[in-house]
Amino acid sequence: MRFRRTSGGRRELSWLALALLPLVPVAAMAESTFASDFVRVLTFQDYNTRVVVIGTMLLGLASGLVGTFLLLRKRALLSDAISHAMLPGICAAFVVMALAGGSGKHLGGLLLGAAISGILGTAAVTLIRKTARLKEDVALAIVLSTFFGFGIVLLGVAQRLGAGEAAGLKSFIYGKTASMLLSDALLIAIFAAVAAAICAALFKEFGLLCFDAEFGRTQGWPTGLLDATLMALVVLVTVIGLQAVGLIMMVALLVIPPSAARFWTDDLRWMAAISSTIGALSGLFGSAASALMGAFPAGAIIVLVATLLFVLSLLLGTRRGVVHRSRAGLMLRRKVTSQHLLRGLYELAEREHHDPKETAASFEDLLAERSWTRAELQRALARHIRQGLIRHKGGGYALTRLGYYTAVHAVRTHRLWEMYLIAHADVAPSHVDTGADTIEHVLEPDLIARLETMLADRGSVVPPSPHPLKGMVQT
Amino acid sequence: MTWTIFDTWIVITGGIAAMACALAGNWLILRKMSMMGDALSHAVLPGLAVAFLLTGTRTSLAMLLGAVLVGLVTTFLISAIERWGGVEADAAMGVTFTALFAIGLILIRVAAHDTDLDPDCVLYGALELTYLDSYQIGETVIPRAAVAGAVMLLVNLIFVVALFKELTISAFDPEMANTQGINATLMHYLLMMIVAATTVAAFNSVGSILVIAMLVVPGACARLLTNRLSVMIALSLVVAALCAVLGHGAALIVPGWFGLADEANTAGSMATMAGLLFGATVLLAPQRGLIPQAWRRLSLAVTVTREDILGLLWRAGEKADHHRAEVEEAQIRGVLATGLLGRVAFALALRKMRHKRRIHRQSGMISLTERGEHYAARMIRRHRLWEGYLVQEAGIRPDHVHGTAERLEHITDAQMLEALDKATGSPAIDPHEKVIPREE
Repeated sequence: MRFRRTSGGRRELSWLALALLPLVPVAAMAESTFASDFVRVLTFQDYNTRVVVIGTMLLGLASGLVGTFLLLRKRALLSDAISHAMLPGICAAFVVMALAGGSGKHLGGLLLGAAISGILGTAAVTLIRKTARLKEDVALAIVLSTFFGFGIVLLGVAQRLGAGEAAGLKSFIYGKTASMLLSDALLIAIFAAVAAAICAALFKEFGLLCFDAEFGRTQGWPTGLLDATLMALVVLVTVIGLQAVGLIMMVALLVIPPSAARFWTDDLRWMAAISSTIGALSGLFGSAASALMGAFPAGAIIVLVATLLFVLSLLLGTRRGVVHRSRAGLMLRRKVTSQHLLRGLYELAEREHHDPKETAASFEDLLAERSWTRAELQRALARHIRQGLIRHKGGGYALTRLGYYTAVHAVRTHRLWEMYLIAHADVAPSHVDTGADTIEHVLEPDLIARLETMLADRGSVVPPSPHPLKGMVQT
Repeated sequence: MTWTIFDTWIVITGGIAAMACALAGNWLILRKMSMMGDALSHAVLPGLAVAFLLTGTRTSLAMLLGAVLVGLVTTFLISAIERWGGVEADAAMGVTFTALFAIGLILIRVAAHDTDLDPDCVLYGALELTYLDSYQIGETVIPRAAVAGAVMLLVNLIFVVALFKELTISAFDPEMANTQGINATLMHYLLMMIVAATTVAAFNSVGSILVIAMLVVPGACARLLTNRLSVMIALSLVVAALCAVLGHGAALIVPGWFGLADEANTAGSMATMAGLLFGATVLLAPQRGLIPQAWRRLSLAVTVTREDILGLLWRAGEKADHHRAEVEEAQIRGVLATGLLGRVAFALALRKMRHKRRIHRQSGMISLTERGEHYAARMIRRHRLWEGYLVQEAGIRPDHVHGTAERLEHITDAQMLEALDKATGSPAIDPHEKVIPREE
């Protein structure tokens, strides 16, 4: 059996690039004006959309990075509660600023209000979990709905106070990507850089927090503080994303990219990198597409691009992708069937004290050997004949030379394992066959070597079966 | 603001919708799937849009059907992503509902340029306008939304009553349910279907945000008040109705306090009220509430401190060979009042004992009164009898019994003391050769 070592992730990236490939040529190859516009927007040549595209790309990058830790901390939906909890803060900030005589629309003030109520929401979740001893999901749902409900009450107040000015407040719910200004993009850029820097500086600590917080605590790490820092980062990223894509779509940007990245790698660093990349690509393609299609809300398009990347990752991911995993499962099943078939042929001959190299067995004999269906056996036989392991011989089937040695190997491993179970695991000889059957297929070569030494058996001879074979002629 | 027939119907409509949600929501809480309400209420948006695209109308039935179908698809997608992709349940939920919501937003834009299918309306509902769309039956006018809500409440009630046992078993222990011949997966999908249908039925009238709140908050409040499932469900209905009444009342009254002329958004106000009620429950629930818990801890601490003060004064008298020995208050405080709880308990205990004339305090010195001496003697008697018992009967070494006796003395009543006396054979001295005071 060949063992694949973790190849650092370069393999994963090339697969990921392959998965993304269809996105590019679709636009590049077509000669319509839409396609050339799309390329122009994507490459930042279009002045009008440059700011928006770069801004959403950076936003996707930052949220993909922060989301990685949030997902691994198993608190992905906290982002949902946090973003909903920001509405009352925004509206309260508006009301306060309007009452103070200024314009309620000062962006910095609104975002500060959002951040404060986001933090309050997070604190409320923790409090409910700790003091009321309710589960996290209940705490999240309570905070989300009651904060948001209060936000709607305040929104009504703000709309009456601020008249026309307050109309913009609603854009925080659904986002208003198209109207992004240079200053907004700059804000996103600065905070994205801050978030990325903090993640990079605390990378090891966050990793510890995600994988084994208890261990971290025993080692003296301030896990509570680290947790709070992570939550603060989530609040930060959500705040800068609110205006661009809206609060519900912000949840998607924090959850979807890391979930997609998880299919490609087991390595935290690669996961963070891939997640950021997926987030950035979603922002890039999504805002570019929506800039050209006009009518559609950009936040929704960005999320759809992210979802598309998620589905591709789910299918093609090299670590946990569906295709990869079902292929691995199929390979294992084939290997098991193959060993069963070869061993069956060998043992059929052995029972009659014939030479397994020369003896042929009929289809019906093989069928009776194990509990496989006719179709399964036919497929397996056809495959083995193709592979040159089994040949036709006078109406039946016999092992080829190559097949013989493979069969010897399989039988030998099986019996060694049986003997090991009897000698070291106190299993009755009549019971070992089933247990041995299931495990022999995954035995490693060095374990077989150890079994050989342990059972003082050397050379390539097949050891005798420790239990009588089914229907064996006694001598 | 004056209360009109409009307000009555707003409260009734909101209350019915809230109760329908709360009924289904109890099971979401038990299944640790509270966020499912949030996920479903966002995810059904494309269903609503498709139903609108196909039928061209906003009839409730088409919308309901579309939403229930999408609700089932959502449930299936979440478990598929979870199982096939090995993604955590909450992340799978987050991916699914945000993606479907995005699709819904786009479909709405396709389906209805600025027509009456507006995501805002889904979000906040239009509870204030319920009365405008009504059935006329004879003299009475009943809002359509109230009728729809009542039907949904009835359906949910039948669902919960008919499948109470099945729902309960599969919520607490799906494995057990399967061995009992109850299909836990089917129950899961049935529940999700009911939640989706309730969500949509309530959407039109009260808005999705109130739906999410009412799915979870009443059940959570009820959970803090009781450990019995049937009681929890009944209480959740009461809380839901309370949210509706108080929420609308607040929407009418509170803005006036701040000099605002108009009333506040009723659905938002009901959700806010739910949050306040939950906060009050967390603080005040008799068993699990923070204040009753703190009160119980404090009163126990006061009792223990009082008894410890008595014992300490008695021992001081014993050492000085003078029954009413005076001890500095600061000294006692140093021994007994540790931590915030200890300091508060010490102050209260001292006050209570002076009030009951068990101790006498003069210029910072404390001594026992005659009455106090009597109680102190009983305290010491309990302590020393326990020490004797622990040495004689439990075979513990004499130098190890003090700590245990120190704890047991506080929970020994007269009857137990008598039994203790009998068991130890009424000794005159304890294992440390100290005199055990007699009962007078």
